[in-house]
Amino acid sequence: MMKSEKVARWAHWQERIVVVLLFVSALVSVITTLAIAISLGVEAIGFFREVPLIRFLTEREWTPLFAIKKFGILPLVCGTFLVAGIAMIIAIPFGIFIATYLAEYASERTRRLLKPVIEVLAGIPSVLYGYFALLFVTPLLQKFIPSLSGFNALSPGIVLAFMVLPTIASLSEDIIYAVPQSIREASLALGATKLQTVFRAVLPAAASGIIAACLLGFSRAIGETMLVTIAAGQQPNLTLNPLEPVQTMTAYIVQVSLGDVPHGSLEYQTIFAVGLSLFLITLVFNLIGLFLRERFIRTFQRLG
Amino acid sequence: MEIATAKVELTAAAQRRKREIWVERLFLVFAWVTLIITISVLLTILGKLFADGLTRIDLQFLTSFPSRKPEMAGIFSAWVGTFYTMALTAAIALPLGVGAAIYLEEFASRNWFTRLVELNISNLAGIPAIIYGLLGLQVFVRWFKMGESVLAGACTLAIMSLPVIIVASREALRAVPNSIREAALALGATKWQTVRDHVLPLAIPGILTGTILALSRAIGEAAPLVTIGALTFVAFLPKSPFDPFTVLPIQAYNWVSRPQPEFHYNAAAALIVLLALLLLMNSTAIYLRNRYQQRWRI
Repeated sequence: MMKSEKVARWAHWQERIVVVLLFVSALVSVITTLAIAISLGVEAIGFFREVPLIRFLTEREWTPLFAIKKFGILPLVCGTFLVAGIAMIIAIPFGIFIATYLAEYASERTRRLLKPVIEVLAGIPSVLYGYFALLFVTPLLQKFIPSLSGFNALSPGIVLAFMVLPTIASLSEDIIYAVPQSIREASLALGATKLQTVFRAVLPAAASGIIAACLLGFSRAIGETMLVTIAAGQQPNLTLNPLEPVQTMTAYIVQVSLGDVPHGSLEYQTIFAVGLSLFLITLVFNLIGLFLRERFIRTFQRLG
Repeated sequence: MEIATAKVELTAAAQRRKREIWVERLFLVFAWVTLIITISVLLTILGKLFADGLTRIDLQFLTSFPSRKPEMAGIFSAWVGTFYTMALTAAIALPLGVGAAIYLEEFASRNWFTRLVELNISNLAGIPAIIYGLLGLQVFVRWFKMGESVLAGACTLAIMSLPVIIVASREALRAVPNSIREAALALGATKWQTVRDHVLPLAIPGILTGTILALSRAIGEAAPLVTIGALTFVAFLPKSPFDPFTVLPIQAYNWVSRPQPEFHYNAAAALIVLLALLLLMNSTAIYLRNRYQQRWRI
């Protein structure tokens, strides 16, 4: 009797310790978010003490590593959005076409065969995409556009499209596939054709989820680093011309990280100020995307 | 008169239908064209890579340190660094990720805290890799004084892979049918005993599959390690977790960004080795999934 009581007590204590340990591991994710906010924030505050926020947001030049220092983030933001924008012009229609085809038209066999092939694109390391953009796509484009410089926004933009395509296509396909069958049946029962059903019933029902997939893809494009560092160049350039070299926010962080900028200097702090801006931009896109996806799921839970 | 109108309407309907069939065909053609373009891009990337780099891979390349002369350079320190980093990352990320998944799936009651953690994990999965690099630079390299070491790199990559591991592990745990839990609990096992002895063993293949996929994404990513200060020219092997290091994607990046084409071939060769490693990891994951995937009959 005593012994079994001991065993039970030990099991009880073990249980408590384990639950605490498991709880702590779940807490790590929350701590991570806090740590990101604090570690970016601390250095960024140091930066904004030296450089007022208004200069950071309104100056039109970014030259923190030069003798005459200018701290306008606009050229970096512009470069980032230019490359990501080019990528989305290709990736959104491609992604939606592929997703609609796979979810609504392809046979189950084709779908199972093609979806993993497209997802392979997401598994390719970004340095390889950069290699491909710099040494294959840029020389190829230069044959048609002689004024294209060796580093430019166009070539990494095009390659980036195929890098984020799996995100958009795969998430959209999941969403379209998840639209309840009753919606298709209702539409067909009313005499609509397959095409009408797909484009006027299914896709509108899936719209919020598809927009969410595009936003998540866009946020991934904005945060992509090695590809744009390799192929877009290292010149902060306030331009919308895709033929010129540009520097993205991520490429600037890499440039400073590779050089030997002393810890604690203003140049060192700039990468945290840029990182914080990047973090906030992607955060907004991610949260809108997550909200829309949640809404899609909730709408159809009621119907389903 | 009525018949005539009906006929006109009928032909109008038939024309509409005809037009629609064309629109549908056009859509299907577009869909196939985009699919073919996408797959050809994939094949072109691989073709270009192998054409440039395959002949460069030999024993000398795998066992030499980087060098200023491209024909003498190799990826010894890079692939050893990659393996080292990967092992350490797995050792840190796996227990934390599985622990978090078990807590959320088996122990936590659904309240504002678990909802917060879930939202937080979804959001963390969308944060750019380079931001994790800045986090690692500030927290692990500076505050914890790990320096620009393998350990700091592994901690950074582990934190970055956690969301994926947690999501995959939760799915694996959820796939274990409730009857297993009920049977164990009915026999007097405590909750933790049930999870440890019955639920977790059944979920392990799924957990491993997800973890391997998360790790294979992490080791292909150069950005966070560049940010924490992994070196691009390392002529020695790391002896302890506190030594400086380099990894394959960083070595490849270094070679791509040089002007001489000979270095580009080296970069291609290093990327082929990296791809081979990723392929190995992914096929292991797929093998595990197919081999141990349980079909429950309840």
